[in-house]
Amino acid sequence: MVERPISKNTSARPGRVLHRNIGLAFFRIGMLGFGGGPSSIPLVHQEVVKKYEWMTDDEFGDTLALANTLPGPIATKMAGYVGYRVAGLWGCLNALLSSIIPTVVLMIVFLGLLQTYKDVPWVENMAASVVPVVAVMLALLTWEFIKKSGQTLGWMRALLLLALSAILIEAFNIHPAFVILGCFLVAFSSLLKRRKKA
Amino acid sequence: MIYWQIFLAFFIPGILGYGGGPASIPLVEHEVVGKYEWMSTQEFSEVVAIGNSLPGPIATKMAGYIGYAEAGVLGSIVAMIATVAPSLILMIGMMVILMKYKEEPEVKSLTKLIRPVIAVLLGFMTIRFAQQSVEGVGISYTLLIMGVSFILLEKVKLHPAFVIALALLFGAITGL
Repeated sequence: MVERPISKNTSARPGRVLHRNIGLAFFRIGMLGFGGGPSSIPLVHQEVVKKYEWMTDDEFGDTLALANTLPGPIATKMAGYVGYRVAGLWGCLNALLSSIIPTVVLMIVFLGLLQTYKDVPWVENMAASVVPVVAVMLALLTWEFIKKSGQTLGWMRALLLLALSAILIEAFNIHPAFVILGCFLVAFSSLLKRRKKA
Repeated sequence: MIYWQIFLAFFIPGILGYGGGPASIPLVEHEVVGKYEWMSTQEFSEVVAIGNSLPGPIATKMAGYIGYAEAGVLGSIVAMIATVAPSLILMIGMMVILMKYKEEPEVKSLTKLIRPVIAVLLGFMTIRFAQQSVEGVGISYTLLIMGVSFILLEKVKLHPAFVIALALLFGAITGL
């Protein structure tokens, strides 16, 4: 597997174009993520890795792992971090505001309307029809990660690890954060050994 | 001091809500309905229902709306900051450290090890969304939309935005 160089646009002094792109990317992510935070994960991947190439697949995976480990809403953590990474503090604010503000404004407007029109079946159905699309997007993303695992770890080890984490997370109901922390421990154990020798 | 109360009401769910936005809904209810009595359970469930049918992260939408309802625009901003800031600061700090040691063999092997875990998490998320879809629009519509969107996304390489827009349109038409 060929490692791609570090993503573009990581300059210390981003231009106006970059900020416009961050704003647009996260506006789209915010407005299209039906079904809460997790549904925006494939959209973030689409914008950040595929379209703008601000991150590599690996970096996206690491970001997602860490975002999953920490408390709080996942979509905003991803947005804030990606924005920060691409364009510092202003980038962080830009990504956050672009993904949150439009939806909050919609929320305030809609709840106002709700008092007038109590229940609108076709609106509910609209949102519900997006859920299967999100499922397919997540499935495709899942497959990408499985394929990559196989390529980097070898299929035997990859399948073993996949099975192991599936059992831990679903069967034993161990919080994913602990599984990810376990990965940290395994990965850094060699570092501790080296430290001890030194 | 209403702003302080709003801050606390959303700061606590923000740092305790493991598992993303939806995980913090009951925590927010505990504060908003139980502790501060800003809303009745009925009102709160309406907020959740609308929040669920609009796009974007649910936790921030709820915070933004409830903050606005209690104390106007400033209340809205305070609630959103309280929801987002604590976990985001942690996230950025940790990622900066991780990126600093990117080239170390330990970090490289960490990335490799984490990948299958992420695949599993995404896989289960997929299953949950599929289940939710069956509950929402029924099994036949679910399979139909899934099949069509798979072809559009994977074979036609259509941008997800268009696929989502099509699904919205489809949902609006079949829901009339």
